[in-house]
Amino acid sequence: MSFKNKIELVNEARELLYKYLPVKDELKPKDRMTIPLQEMPSQDPIVRRSNLEEVALGYTEEQARLEAMRCLQCKNKPCIAGCPVAIDIPLFIQHIVNCDYQSAIDIIKKTNLLPSICGRVCPQEVQCQLPCTLGKSLKDVDKSVSIGRLERFVADWERNTGKVSIPEVKPETGKKVAIVGSGPAGLVVAADVRREGHDVTIFEAFHKLGGVTRYGIPEFRLPNYVIDQEIDTLQKMGVKIVTNYVVGRTRQLLDLMNKDGFSAIFIGTGAGLPMFMGIEGESLVGVFSANEYLTRANLMRAYERGVADTPIYKSKQVAVLGGGNVAMDAARMAVRLGAENVYVVYRRTEVEMPARKEEVAHAKEEGIEFHFLQNAKKIIGDETGKVKAMECLRYQLGEPDDSGRRRPVVIPNSEFIMEVDTIIVAIGNNSNPLISQTTPELKVNKWGNIIVDENQKTSIERIYAGGDIVLGAATVILAMGEGRRAAVSINELLKNEKE
Amino acid sequence: MAKVLFKKQLSKDVFLMRLEAPLIAEERKAGQFIILQTNEDIGERIPLTIADADQKEGSITIIFQVVGKTTYDLSQFNKGDIVPTLVGPLGKPTHIEKYGSVVGVGGGIGIAPLHPIAQAMKEAGNYLILIIGARTKELLILEDEMTRLADEIIICTDDGSYGRKALVTEPLKEICERDKKPDLAITIGPPVMMKYCAETTRPFGIHTLVSLNTIMVDGTGMCGGCRVNVDGKAKFVCVDGPEFDGHKVDFDNMIARLNSYKELEAESHRCRLEEEIKIRGGR
Repeated sequence: MSFKNKIELVNEARELLYKYLPVKDELKPKDRMTIPLQEMPSQDPIVRRSNLEEVALGYTEEQARLEAMRCLQCKNKPCIAGCPVAIDIPLFIQHIVNCDYQSAIDIIKKTNLLPSICGRVCPQEVQCQLPCTLGKSLKDVDKSVSIGRLERFVADWERNTGKVSIPEVKPETGKKVAIVGSGPAGLVVAADVRREGHDVTIFEAFHKLGGVTRYGIPEFRLPNYVIDQEIDTLQKMGVKIVTNYVVGRTRQLLDLMNKDGFSAIFIGTGAGLPMFMGIEGESLVGVFSANEYLTRANLMRAYERGVADTPIYKSKQVAVLGGGNVAMDAARMAVRLGAENVYVVYRRTEVEMPARKEEVAHAKEEGIEFHFLQNAKKIIGDETGKVKAMECLRYQLGEPDDSGRRRPVVIPNSEFIMEVDTIIVAIGNNSNPLISQTTPELKVNKWGNIIVDENQKTSIERIYAGGDIVLGAATVILAMGEGRRAAVSINELLKNEKE
Repeated sequence: MAKVLFKKQLSKDVFLMRLEAPLIAEERKAGQFIILQTNEDIGERIPLTIADADQKEGSITIIFQVVGKTTYDLSQFNKGDIVPTLVGPLGKPTHIEKYGSVVGVGGGIGIAPLHPIAQAMKEAGNYLILIIGARTKELLILEDEMTRLADEIIICTDDGSYGRKALVTEPLKEICERDKKPDLAITIGPPVMMKYCAETTRPFGIHTLVSLNTIMVDGTGMCGGCRVNVDGKAKFVCVDGPEFDGHKVDFDNMIARLNSYKELEAESHRCRLEEEIKIRGGR
C-alpha cells in the first residue's frame, strides 16, 4: 500500500463527489460498486514514528459522503446483524449522503453511546463489515463499506460542533447503583442506568478514568480527548465518579450493598494479570508485559520523558511476542519511544494473526519487522541480569486446532539467536483476581472469569458483570454489548421493585 | 485525595505522616500497603506500607525514606496539604494467629511496616521478640513503640552508635539457637537484609515471612510489573503478596529488577540539574 497524503485523497474524493452528487438518488448498485473505497487519511509514517498523535486523521466530508454512497442500501441489511449493538447502519449512512449528520449521529447513539471510541477501535472487518453485501459482491471484505470510518466521522463531527447532545435523564428514583471499573463496559452501564433516573456511582481503581481505553490503547490510536469527552457527557448526566477506590479492598464488594445502600452492582473490572510464556529468563530486567509497558507509556505518560516521573525502559532492539492488537500497540509504542529495531515475533503466519489488518498495515508502514513462524524458547541475560538476547525456534503450520487456526508445530533443531535488549510479552491476560479473592461467594470459572447468566447476572443477587472480567480478553464493543445487556437487567430489576 | 494531618521528621531522610483516609483506616489490616502519587498528572505511583491507623481520627500513618523523586516531593508536603492520589489498602493482609513465639526483624525503614504486624501478633497472644536495626543511631525509628510491644527487644546498629554493634542476622541466629526456637520469623527491611535473614533461619527450619516492596504501577493485579520468582514461579506482589515465604523468594532476581530504572533515574536527575543550571544561569 503506497502512502497517499490527505490532500491527494481529498482532491480525488472531491472530483468524484461532484460527479456523483447530481445523480445520487438514481445510483444503481452497479454504479455504487464502481465508486472507489475511500482510504483513511493518515499521518506520514516517517513523521508519526516520533510522535504520539493520532495516526488515522479521519475522513473529510467529501470522503465521508462518497464512501456513504457506496452503500448499496440492500434489503437484508446483514451489517446490522454483524454489529454487537445492532446499529441501524444503512440508515445512518443514508443520512451522511444527504449531509444530515445530526440525524446520523442520533441513530448511532440510540444503541451505541461511545461512537467516537468504537469508530476508532472496533474490529469492523470481522463484525459489521464482514457480511456487507458490497464486500461480498466485490469478493473482498476489505472493499466493504467503511462503516467504522463513517461512524467515526459523524461522532467527530458532533464533537467538533461543540454541541454534544446529553441523553435525557428520567426523574430521580433515589435508587443507588454502583459500577465497578470505568472501562467501556462500565461507562455504558452507567449511562443506560442513569437514563432511567437511578443514582449511579462509578468506582475506579486508577487515578484516571477510562480503564483499558486509557491505560492500554495508545494515544496514537485513541486520543485521550475522545475518552474525556465521553466521561464529560456522563458527568453532565449526573453520574458520580470516585477514583482511587478499589472495590474488594477499599470496600468489600458486598459492603457496597450492605453498608453503603447500593441496590445493584455492575462489575466491569476488565482483564487482569498478564500471561507470561513460562520460559527461562522471563524475570530478567528488560522483560515486560504489554500491560505494564503500555500503562507506563499511556496512563503514566512516560512517553513524555523529562516531564513525567514514571520511567520507561530505554530500548534499542525490541522483540514483541504475540500477534494481537495489544502486540501491535506495544510494538508501535516502542518505535515512538526511540527503539531502533522492533520485531513482532509470532508463531503462526500473518493470516492467523488476531490483530486488525489496519493495525498490522500501520505497524509495517512504521518500520516494524514481522517474524512469523518463530517463537521464543528462552531469554538470555548478561552478568547484571539484563536481557541481551533471545533464543528462538522456528515453526511450521500443522493441522487446524480447536480455534480453527492451523496449529504451529515446532521445527526440531531450528534454534537461533535474536539479539534484543527488551522483550514485551503480549500473549494475553488472565482474569483479575482481586474481587473474586475477597468475595468467595462470587462464582468464577477455572480461568477466574466471573460466571454470568444470559442477563449478565452473577451468582449473587443484584450483582451483574460484563466485559473482559467475564469474557477474558475481548474487544471494546463486546464489552459494551455486555454492558448494555447488564443495564437492561439492572433497570428491569429496579423497576419491578418500585412499589 | 488525602489531607496531611500531621508530619514529623524522624531522621535526616525519614518522615512520618498521618493522612486523612477514613475508609482505608477502617478496612486496613496488618501487612497491607497503599499507593500514592504526589502529582496526579505526571507523578509516579509508589507503594508504601501502612505503619498504623487510627479509626477514630480516620487516618493512616505512613513512614517513608526519601530515596527518589516522589518520596522527596512527598517530604515537602506539610500539614493541610493534599496528597492527590491515595489508594488502598492493597495486598493480602498478614495471616495472624497464635503461633507461640514470633520473632520480628525490622531493618531501617522496614521497622515501619513491621510495626502493625507486631501489634497484631502481640494482640493474638504471641510471645514477641523484636530485633530492630539501622545503619546508625539517628536512622533508628519507632524504638519506643516497638519496645512497648515486645516481650524482648534487641536493638542493633551497623556502626555501634547505639545498642549492639551488629547486623540483625547475628541476634536472629542466637534466637534461633535457643532451646525453644521461635515458631515464626517475620523479617522486613532492605532486600539484602531479608535475603540473609531467610538464610539465617533456613537451617533451623523456622517458617520465615518476608514483606516485599517491589516496583509497582497499578497495584491491583493488572500490569505484572511487581512479579517476583517464588519457588520458581512468577508471583505478583500486589495481589499474591506482599508477604511470601522467605525461603522460596529469588532475592537476587528481585534486587536486579528493583534496579531496572536506576540508570535512567540517575540520568533524569542529571538532566534536571543541568536544566536548572541553565535556567539560573540565564537569569
